[in-house]
Amino acid sequence: MKTVNQKAWFLVLPVLLLVGFSALIPLMTVVNYSVQDTFGNNRFFWAGTTWYEQVLHSARFWDALGRNLLFSAIILAIEIPLGVFIALNMPRRGPGVAVCLVLMALPLLIPWNVVGTIWQVFGRVDIGLLGHTLAALGIDYNYVQDPVDAWFTLVLMDVWHWTSLVVLLAYAGLVSIPDAYYQAASIDGASRLAVFRYIQLPKLARVLTIAVLLRFMDSFMIYTEPFVVTGGGPGNATTFLSIDLVQMAVGQFDLGPAAAMSIIYFLVILLLSWVFYTVMTRNDGHPQAHNPQSDRP
Amino acid sequence: MPDLAWMAWTPETAVFFAAIALLLVLMILWGRLDPRNAPRKGILGIATQRGDRLFLSLLSAAFIHLAWIGLAGGWPLWGALLLSVVCAAGVFRFV
Repeated sequence: MKTVNQKAWFLVLPVLLLVGFSALIPLMTVVNYSVQDTFGNNRFFWAGTTWYEQVLHSARFWDALGRNLLFSAIILAIEIPLGVFIALNMPRRGPGVAVCLVLMALPLLIPWNVVGTIWQVFGRVDIGLLGHTLAALGIDYNYVQDPVDAWFTLVLMDVWHWTSLVVLLAYAGLVSIPDAYYQAASIDGASRLAVFRYIQLPKLARVLTIAVLLRFMDSFMIYTEPFVVTGGGPGNATTFLSIDLVQMAVGQFDLGPAAAMSIIYFLVILLLSWVFYTVMTRNDGHPQAHNPQSDRP
Repeated sequence: MPDLAWMAWTPETAVFFAAIALLLVLMILWGRLDPRNAPRKGILGIATQRGDRLFLSLLSAAFIHLAWIGLAGGWPLWGALLLSVVCAAGVFRFV
């Protein structure tokens, strides 16, 4: 008789408990709130799908979602190629490696609110280095009043803060490529571009998948930095979903609509993350995958 | 007994989560009864197993309900549920 040792389940118990208390129970509570109304004191009134209808029909929600998508698209379009480019040009051996790695890691060690504060001061026309320099060059830059300048500042800040992550991931992928690949390419007379296209890029695919997913999810959920730098302004120009959500839940104490918005926000992130993951890993694994249509004559 | 009033449970949301839990239990039982679960490529061109198809079905159901609420506000939600079941059947058969 075949015996199965089930003791391993106890090893995953701590993780299950952690996920349960940090993710599942809060998520269930948000779902419960999204179909009710409350005025505090744990007194709730059934509202059905009212809050979902309200959120889905509000221009405020769609505008914030559009801003989020645009921000993530810009961030990914800049940070991924830039990160790979920097990683390709970093030294592979010698004392320069440690210097580069430390320099790259520095922005990642700074807390989000500090990054926001740094850039809030940095961009100011009166005392900030960036704002003052641009003004001295005759460029009309004011992130407090101009939506384009506010976006420029936020994108620049995010690129400064997070490109390092892509660099470190890509660098880790690059140093793991065996020298034999480069030697073979050299014997074949492959150009620099060909080496990148046929050796480095395929070998980087997995780490880039992680980089894209991490940067997408992080940029899509961005809150602290824009809140500190622009506070969502000027007007609503940089009001992303997370800022809008906090305003609704904490500022206005509209817990029902905020919960409905949270659920929709969560579903959008889940869908887009799944699409990214699927597209980027569709050629990985499952080598034995069976395609019934290919069997047909 | 801990006070769970802050979680604001309602019979409707309890049934909702119980249904999802039941689906997971049914998937486990299905796996026990019929362990053949090789990945296959369907109309989406991606290799999926039963768990992937359940995930896709649930995600589709969520968006079908949102679209129903947003576009056909006022119509009974049973329509969205029916559509979701049809979609899930399609996902399990063709994806």
